[in-house]
Amino acid sequence: MQITSFGFLLFAAVLLVAYYLIPKKGQWILLLAASYCFYLWAGIEYLGFILLTTVSTYAATMAMAANQEKQAKYLAENKQTLSREERKAYKAKGKRVNRVYLIACLVLNFGILAVCKALLIEPFKAAASAGTFSFLSLGLPLGISFYMFQSMGYAVDVYRQTCAAEKNPLKLALFVSFFPQLIQGPISKFGQLAPQLYSPKKFDGKQLSFGLQRMLWGYFKKLVIADRIAAAVITLRGPEHTGVSFFILTVFYAVQIYGDFTGGIDVTVGLAQALGIKLPENFIRPYFSKNIAEYWRRWHISLGEWMKDYIFYPISVSQPMLKLSKAARKNLGAFGKRLPVYVASIATWFVTGIWHGLTPNFVLWGMLNCFFIVLSEECSGLYEKFHGRFHLKEKKWYGGFEIARMFILMNLIRIVDLFPNVGDYFSRIGSLFTKFNFHVLWDGTMMKLGLTALDYIILAGGIVLMFTISLIQEKKGSIRELLWQKNPVVRYALIFALLVIVLLMGNYGVGYNASAFIYNAF
Amino acid sequence: MKKKSIFTLCACLAVCLALLWLLQALLMPKYMGSVKEGALIGEYYDNAGNNDVVFIGDCEVYENFSPITMWEEYGITSIIRGSPQQLIWQSYYLMEETFQYETPKVMVFNVLSMKYDTPQSTGDQTQREAYNRMTLDGMRWSGSKWNSIQASMTEEEKQWQGQWSYLFPLLRYHDRWSQLTGEDFQYLFKKDQVSDNGYLMQTGVKPFEDEHIQPPLVDYTFGENSYYYLDKMVELCKQHGTQLVLIKAPSLYPVWWDEWDQQMVEYAEKHGLLYVNLLEKQEEIGIDWSQDTYDAGLHLNVYGAEKLASYFGKILVEECGVADHRGDAEISTVWAEKVKTYYQRKEALQAQS
Amino acid sequence: MEKLLEILDELHPDVDFETEEHLIDNKILDSFDIVTIVAEIDAEYDVAIPAEELIPENFNSAKALYALVEKLMDE
Repeated sequence: MQITSFGFLLFAAVLLVAYYLIPKKGQWILLLAASYCFYLWAGIEYLGFILLTTVSTYAATMAMAANQEKQAKYLAENKQTLSREERKAYKAKGKRVNRVYLIACLVLNFGILAVCKALLIEPFKAAASAGTFSFLSLGLPLGISFYMFQSMGYAVDVYRQTCAAEKNPLKLALFVSFFPQLIQGPISKFGQLAPQLYSPKKFDGKQLSFGLQRMLWGYFKKLVIADRIAAAVITLRGPEHTGVSFFILTVFYAVQIYGDFTGGIDVTVGLAQALGIKLPENFIRPYFSKNIAEYWRRWHISLGEWMKDYIFYPISVSQPMLKLSKAARKNLGAFGKRLPVYVASIATWFVTGIWHGLTPNFVLWGMLNCFFIVLSEECSGLYEKFHGRFHLKEKKWYGGFEIARMFILMNLIRIVDLFPNVGDYFSRIGSLFTKFNFHVLWDGTMMKLGLTALDYIILAGGIVLMFTISLIQEKKGSIRELLWQKNPVVRYALIFALLVIVLLMGNYGVGYNASAFIYNAF
Repeated sequence: MKKKSIFTLCACLAVCLALLWLLQALLMPKYMGSVKEGALIGEYYDNAGNNDVVFIGDCEVYENFSPITMWEEYGITSIIRGSPQQLIWQSYYLMEETFQYETPKVMVFNVLSMKYDTPQSTGDQTQREAYNRMTLDGMRWSGSKWNSIQASMTEEEKQWQGQWSYLFPLLRYHDRWSQLTGEDFQYLFKKDQVSDNGYLMQTGVKPFEDEHIQPPLVDYTFGENSYYYLDKMVELCKQHGTQLVLIKAPSLYPVWWDEWDQQMVEYAEKHGLLYVNLLEKQEEIGIDWSQDTYDAGLHLNVYGAEKLASYFGKILVEECGVADHRGDAEISTVWAEKVKTYYQRKEALQAQS
Repeated sequence: MEKLLEILDELHPDVDFETEEHLIDNKILDSFDIVTIVAEIDAEYDVAIPAEELIPENFNSAKALYALVEKLMDE
């Protein structure tokens, strides 16, 4: 079920009313029931997948927890008699047993994910060539990449003893399936999300209002901006659009994916907030980033955190890496010191790439990101000297320049999403340096992309609005808090105005493309 | 404090809902100008009750029969519930709904739509959706309307969960804001009657010239779904003690194949129904295809519709025993008004063409 | 503790590590820095910091970090 469908809204509305009417003890049960309804609605054939992940995660974590408990008890009982070495050996043995449970669970789940992704390769290529490709559909069938990463993160946390195993299988099932974030994340950590899911929630008008406002803003970004500009993105992917046209594609795609992804997350986080649950932020105005490391701390944060905690750190502080580090430092100097970090980065970005899809372009996408991160790290000393020499950091315009530079660089990297055949991507990039067809801006090409003059006006207005809101958030903090201080009538009027804009200018429903049908000839 | 803020919230909600309602009324097509067919279904309710005969079907009823003529000549009170390309399940649910407002002596159903078995079998889906709207948007809310929507949606409508956009048409017409015309403001609250008891008058003349040759069909059997709803109509009319009469209007196009006709003859025989193929009665009716059609044989103009009404009224009186109400003062007053409007309209249209 | 401060100073000479208590929250140390610190500590103290200890609470101040190292040495 699409989050933009009328059915979803109705479902959410009914749930919200029921949620605050029933006894608070039953709220989490209702959430579980709603999540499974949501899942079944999407198709009964997917139920097996989520059940398998839930059951295997439960079994593995319970086994690990039992083992840990037994160990702790033994250690406590024999505190006096065991020597330090004996204690250490005993602990290591226990950990080895638990590692077997963990690995079995990881292999089973990631194996399923890999098979699903492999099966998706062909449909993905077909969709990409038909132009119906959507970044968000990558996680399908049904957010499997998201709930699986979330569950596996939990299993590792239990193994590491950074969180206690959940003994109630139904509670764990809710953590795995919590429906607002099923479709597209954010990927939450158990310790952060789970306690909130199970605790009783008192009705809080402000939280409800904030949540609904955020959903509305998300729908604005998705329906008015992203779904409108999508038509031009499809057209511009065609082989005839090179040079300046390709550059325009990268900018349009940046707008589309921002509206689509952050808008979807706003709906998710907003709905959760209305339910009294605080999900982690997944985006913090990423297009205001000044360097690539910062960009990745502000874009799809929950995925980045997951990769850092469960891929990057474990690799970079593993014994072989530390050995490599020692050896490299001796022989390669300062660069050697950073080598292990780079090796871990490459591995992390490789995994991040294939998480998005098993086609070569996503691997390339990961490697490009990694390359620029390493490059900027290696050049950071140089940069600092350069900045200091010309006092650039103090100049206001330079900040703007850095932001623009990062925006363009990320656009050029991100666009590889759309080209499953990486040769196409490189030839497009090449055309940027060989073809200076600026005339497409005024020779009428822009009007043939599937957007009308009115569409451009709406898009321009919408982008200005998004930009202004982001700027206010960056400088003054939460818009909703600012509104909350205002006279309620003013607040309601503004919200209503946004609602009307979404209703009238949103790109949804039958006949959007045939809107003139009524006055066609009969 | 708390009380006051709840009051403000409720007041603002009420204002917002009212504004949304107004916006919806503004954005819905009014069908007052060039596409008057869209307004027909909604006009029924002002003229419902006390009709002895109700015609149900597509353009072949609302363009071809003039209820006013039947009143003038036979004192028959009749009304047409027609809409463009009305499909048979839509006709069935309109029939079902009609019984909530009145119980006529005779229900007349035009069988041309038997040829469409599903919404998908009607061709262009965008156009189909537009026709669905014209039949369904005008209906008042009832279980019949809801069921009709469920039966009528095209694949694309289903994909968008179109039922909600019938409940709140704003969701369907939301993007019409850039195409609003004076008409949308003029008829925001009050619409004109575009029909005379469901009859949409045309005064133009475009003679029938030469026959288009239609390629023969592979299979002439009407679909299962069509028969399902025809059976339901028979059952429904039986329940209400209403006589169901099947007709095929004398329009030359679309082609009415002999094989189809044969199936209807057999069906009528089996269920003891009266079935009249008016295509076979053209001479008795006196249709002159060089004078009596406004679109070269697809539909009759007002001159043809009056002739057909005159012919068919006789059948209603003789074979169905429909009564003459011209002696009833109350009914006569109401109908005198309708007759007046009819001739005013006719004059105005004739002056235009 | 002295050695630890040296390691940190080498990474970011402009930061006062003795007083700063929000090294992670204020985004002074990034993940690259953290990994470098882990490698340095491994070399200096022969203590391997496992991945599960790489959490903000352990790296927000030099004091917290030193406490972690002592705890691990103890085990």
